[in-house]
Amino acid sequence: MTAPAIETQNLSKDYPFGFLHLKKKSSLESLTMQVEDGEVFGLLGPNGAGKSTTIKLLMGIIFPTAGSAQILGKPVSDVAMHRDIGYLPEQPYFYDYLTATEVLDYFGRFHGFSSAERGERVQKMLRKVGLETAGKIQLRKYSKGMLQRVGLAQAILHDPKLVILDEPMSGLDPVGRREVRDIILELKNAGKTILFSTHILSDAETLCDRVGVIAGGKLRGVGAPGSIVGVKATGMEIVFELPGSAQQSEQLRAKAKMSGTSYHLCVGEAELYPALDELRSAGAQIVSVTKIKPTLEDFFMDLVGKDRAQAAAIEVTGK
Amino acid sequence: MSRVLTVARNTFREAVRDRVLYNLVFFALLMIASAVIVGQISMDIESVVMVSLGLSAISLIGLLIAVFTGVGMVSKEIDKRTLHAVLAKPLHRWEFLLGKFAGLVLTLTVNTTAMAAGLFLAILFVKHSIVRADATVVVAVYFILLKLALVVALAMMFSCFTSPLLAILFTGGLYIAGLFVSELRSLQLTQITPQMQKFLAFLSYVLPNFGNYDVMGAAAHGRAVAPGLILHNTLYTILYCAIVLGVAAAVFSRKDLK
Repeated sequence: MTAPAIETQNLSKDYPFGFLHLKKKSSLESLTMQVEDGEVFGLLGPNGAGKSTTIKLLMGIIFPTAGSAQILGKPVSDVAMHRDIGYLPEQPYFYDYLTATEVLDYFGRFHGFSSAERGERVQKMLRKVGLETAGKIQLRKYSKGMLQRVGLAQAILHDPKLVILDEPMSGLDPVGRREVRDIILELKNAGKTILFSTHILSDAETLCDRVGVIAGGKLRGVGAPGSIVGVKATGMEIVFELPGSAQQSEQLRAKAKMSGTSYHLCVGEAELYPALDELRSAGAQIVSVTKIKPTLEDFFMDLVGKDRAQAAAIEVTGK
Repeated sequence: MSRVLTVARNTFREAVRDRVLYNLVFFALLMIASAVIVGQISMDIESVVMVSLGLSAISLIGLLIAVFTGVGMVSKEIDKRTLHAVLAKPLHRWEFLLGKFAGLVLTLTVNTTAMAAGLFLAILFVKHSIVRADATVVVAVYFILLKLALVVALAMMFSCFTSPLLAILFTGGLYIAGLFVSELRSLQLTQITPQMQKFLAFLSYVLPNFGNYDVMGAAAHGRAVAPGLILHNTLYTILYCAIVLGVAAAVFSRKDLK
């Protein structure tokens, strides 16, 4: 059996604050999770949930208060293991006095590539991220999206086994997002393991085999993207139109919301068929019937709401 | 070792592309040129005045670069988060630190050499020849360089565990204190307790002895510097820098980055 690509056990991170740093704020609490070899794993969560903290702990940028983590079977403190990891930081910032070619060449040197190999890899990566014509321009003249592309290029320059991407779609226009998605899928097809953080559900749904949802520094669930957020439909949405000849029930009008020429009516699953019957008898034309699933935003808001309620309860009871 | 050299090379490249350094070197050359003028109005001792002022200019500009760039070397990388992508490579934090140190020392070597060349041109202009005794100026420049390396190491160490402003103050304070180590060692005070006397003696050995690097007087008067002092200062700098960078690496290796 292959060892998980990433494994954490009770990984926690507290940040001291206040005068003399005597108080502590927990940023990540007892994170235990596994990312299997060859899978695309998404870390989902609202801003400040602990996604970047998790990734920084894995990359050795910060150190855990408690717990441990292994990457490719080795402890995260083992720097040599970084040969097999590619990392894109959140909102990457590189030496802006260098050109994209120079930055990639600089990073390539750490992997011990020969001059010819570096040159070849750098050009290949620039083409892959769509920067082949901007390779000689200093990074200080780059847009945020272009920097994100450079970040992606340096992360996969050395053909790593595991790629860790912190908010890879951040700052990209729709075309850029699509290109990044394609690169991730390409890496997935090449058998790479990918861990990436995002707060955009559609990205996770398109790309991930599994997702882990983090909120308030705690892992709230792990599973396939569809199963974790929208397991149960919260209701049904019926879209219908009322032709001029239809008996325009005032009751129906009151219940539905009008959008353009159509009406949207939300009902519980049990009330679907009676509602459809009622619409038919009123002469309405049914356009569509769809399940209403909670959005990731709803899911996050629910989690955040619960956290706040819990925090308030602790404050009141003092426990 | 190649990874250290990679970081050093990039640090040097950063300095080369930073126009502020050129301005400082230009300013130093201007000061050397003005030393020629001051020398000309100093009857019979024009060469002495010119060498003293020239070496002081090299030392001052070098110190400014060493302190400010040395402090910014690590803190800027942390603030701008450029370190995140770098440390994701197979690179130890101590290697990064050593590379930064080597890169800045290389930059200072090039700058100091350029300024020293300007000083020699000024000497040639005033005296119409360079004599064997002027070799002491080379030794003085070498000592300035050793001093700057030590200042860079101190600045980098302080920047690893405090804010840039405090790191500048600590480095500057330690430099000034280090200029008076010899005086501290030979201090004979009757009013202080023996314990305090012992503490001052201890302090005089712990503080970096920057007074040892000052041979400007000898250089200005064309007096030779004992070879023993050259060897002593070289070994002292290597050892002191190794200790200071060791402390810096120990702190930096456990530091949480933003």
